Amino acid sequence: MQPKPLTLRILDIVSILVLGIATYMALNAPTERVMGEVQKVFYFHIGTAWTALIGFILAGVLSVVYLITKDLKWDRLQVASIEVSLVFFLITILLGSIWARPAWNTWWTWDPRLTTAAVTELIYVAYFMLRQGIDDPDRRARFGAVYALVGALSAPITFFAIRLFRTIHPVVIGGTNPEADGGFSMTADMRIAFFFALFAFSIIFIDLFWNRIRLGDLQDRVEQLKLKVTM
Amino acid sequence: MITVKKLVKRFGLKTILRGVDFEVQPGEFVALLGPNGAGKTTFLRILASLSRSSLGEVSIAGYQLPNQAAQVRARLGVVSHLPLLYGDLTADENLRFYGRMYNLPNVEQRVTEILEMVGLDTRRRDLVRTFSRGMQQRLAIGRAVLHDPDVVLFDEPYTGLDQDASSMLDEVLKTVAAKGRTVVMTSHDLARAEDLATRFDILSRGVISASATRKELKRTNLLAFYKQALVN
Amino acid sequence: MVNKATEIKSMTIERPLSKGSFLKAVAAVVWKDLRAEFRSRELFSAMLVFSLLIILIFNFALELDVRTRQSVTAGVLWSTFAFAGTLGLNRSMAIEKDRGCLDGLLLAPVDRSAIYFGKVISNLAFMLIVEIIVLPVYSILYNVNLFQPGLLLVILLGSIGYAGVGTLLSAMSVQTRTRDILLPILLFPVVIPVLLAAVKASSGFLTGAEMSEILLPINLLIAYDIIFIAVAFMVFDSVVEE
Repeated sequence: MQPKPLTLRILDIVSILVLGIATYMALNAPTERVMGEVQKVFYFHIGTAWTALIGFILAGVLSVVYLITKDLKWDRLQVASIEVSLVFFLITILLGSIWARPAWNTWWTWDPRLTTAAVTELIYVAYFMLRQGIDDPDRRARFGAVYALVGALSAPITFFAIRLFRTIHPVVIGGTNPEADGGFSMTADMRIAFFFALFAFSIIFIDLFWNRIRLGDLQDRVEQLKLKVTM
Repeated sequence: MITVKKLVKRFGLKTILRGVDFEVQPGEFVALLGPNGAGKTTFLRILASLSRSSLGEVSIAGYQLPNQAAQVRARLGVVSHLPLLYGDLTADENLRFYGRMYNLPNVEQRVTEILEMVGLDTRRRDLVRTFSRGMQQRLAIGRAVLHDPDVVLFDEPYTGLDQDASSMLDEVLKTVAAKGRTVVMTSHDLARAEDLATRFDILSRGVISASATRKELKRTNLLAFYKQALVN
Repeated sequence: MVNKATEIKSMTIERPLSKGSFLKAVAAVVWKDLRAEFRSRELFSAMLVFSLLIILIFNFALELDVRTRQSVTAGVLWSTFAFAGTLGLNRSMAIEKDRGCLDGLLLAPVDRSAIYFGKVISNLAFMLIVEIIVLPVYSILYNVNLFQPGLLLVILLGSIGYAGVGTLLSAMSVQTRTRDILLPILLFPVVIPVLLAAVKASSGFLTGAEMSEILLPINLLIAYDIIFIAVAFMVFDSVVEE
C-alpha cells in the first residue's frame, strides 16, 4: 500500500488552512448595505460555482480524450472530476438558496445560472446511475464518456436558451454575479475576500480531485488483488 | 483462412483468453469444444468481429480485424444461439432485409434459393414468431449464408432443439459445409460434433490446450481425448 | 479440399462501404422497423394511448379555462410528446436487443452510423405519426386551432432533436441493467433546450407573436439538431461495439 505522497499531504493541510482563512475573511469583510450579513454567503457561493464549472469543462474534455485514446486512466480522472463537481454545484445551489431567501424572499430563483446548475446536477446524477448499471469496466467508461460529452454540450445550450427565452422570470440579480447585473458593488476589502475565496476553492478542488483519483486507483488495486486471491 | 496469434481478451481485470493460437485452412470444419466459461463464445465473438481483442492478431480471409472489419463481415456468416430474426416479420421479409443490408445484387432470387435450401419455402409468408425453435434455427442458418460467405461460425447451434429438429439441422449443416466453406462450430455436445467435424480443438482455461484431426482421432476416443485435454 | 478463398463469387460484396450500400442499409432499417410496427402496432398504440391519457391528466391537474389554455397549450403538448416519446425509444431498441438482432445488424458490412440513422428515422416516424393524431384530438377537446404550418414545423424540428439524442441514449440504456427506467433519467436533462425552444416557438405561433421572436427559438432548434446528430453520428460506434 503506497502511502500518501508528501505533496498531497501538504495540499490537504493547505486546503484546510485556506478554507479557514477564506471563512475568516468572509466573515470580517464589510457588511453590504442593502442585504446585510447574508450577502457574505456570496463569497463561497461564487467560489464553489466557479470551480464546479471548471470541473464541468474538464469532464467534457476528458470525454473526448478517453474516446480517442481508450485509456482507462482518463476515465478515472473523469469520474473524479464529475464527483467533485457534483458536490461543489450542490453547495453552490444550497448557498444560492440560503442567500436568496432573506435577500429576495424566495428559496429559489429561476435565473439562468442557478437553473443550469440544477440541470447539470441532474446530468451528473444520471451519469452515475448509467455507470451503476454496467458491469464491464470498458463499456462503463465508454458510455460514461459519451453521456458526459452529450451533457457537456447540452448544459451550455440550456443556459443560453433560458437566458434568451424566459422573460417571465427576469434575471433579477444575475444569480451568481451581481456585479454584472447591478446587484451591488464591492469595496476593496470585499474584493480581496472575494478573490481569496476563489483561490481557496480552487485549491480545495484540486485537493479533493487528487484525493479522489488516488482513491480510484486504490480501489482498482483492491479489485486486482481480490482476483489474484480467488484464482 | 483464419489465423489467430496470441489472442488475449480481458474484461476489466479478468482475463478470459490468455494467448490463443488458432489456425484454420480453407474448407476445414473445426469443432471447438470446452467446458462452460472457457471462453468459447467470447472467442467466437471476436472472430465474428462483434468484439475486439485486447491483444493479439486476428485475420480472416486475408483481412485483419479490427481494421478491415467490413471486408471480413462481407465474407463471414454467423449463427448464434439467439435467432437474430425479427418476430414480427415473415421469413421472406427477414431474409430480404438482410439481403439489403448486405447489398446483394439479386435479393429476391437469393432469398428463394435459401428458403428452399433450409426447407422453409412453404412457410415463407409466415411470421417468424410463429416458428418453432428448430425452424427459427434453420432460418437463422439461411440468413447466415445468404451472402454466400467463405467462413461460417456456429455458436452452440443445437441448443434447445429436440431430436427431429437436430436431425434437420444436421442436414442443413452438411449442405453448408459441403460447398467447401470453412466452418468453426462451438458445442458441448460431443456426439454432434463428432459426425460433422474434420478437426477437434479444445479450449480450456483460456488457451487451446489440444487439437486433433479426425484422422488422428479414432471415433471412440473423442471423449477420452476431451477429458485428457482438460486435465492438461 | 476446394480452395474457396481464391474464388470470389459474384454474390459477395466488392465495395462494402460504397455510398450506395450505406443509404440502402439506412432505408432497409427504416423499412424493417415500419413494416414490423405496421403489423403489430404495439409501439404505436401504446404511445398513442399514453399520450391521450397524459392530456387527460393535464386536464385535471391544470385548470384549463379559456384564458389560461392559450398560454399552456404549447407546454402541455410538448410534455406529452416528451413522455410518450420515451416509450417508443425504449421499445424500438429493446426489440433489437432481445433477440440478439443488434448483433445481426452489427454483422452487416456497413458503417455503424447507418444503423443509427435508420433508427433515428424510424423513431422519428413513430413520433410524428403519434403527434399528428394527438393534434386534432387536442384541438377538438380544447377548441384550439392547432393546424398552423408554423406549429407543424416546430413539431418536426423538435422531434428530430429529441429522436436524434434519444436514439443514441436508448442504445446505451438498453445495454444496462436498469434498462427502461434509465432512459428518461438520461434523456430529459439533456433534451431541455429542445423543450424550451419548442415550447417558446409553439407558443409564439399559437398566440400570433412577432416573427422575430419566433425565429430565435427555431434557430436554436436547428442548431441543436445539427450539433447533436453530428455528435451522435461520431460516437455511435463506441456505443454499440464492444
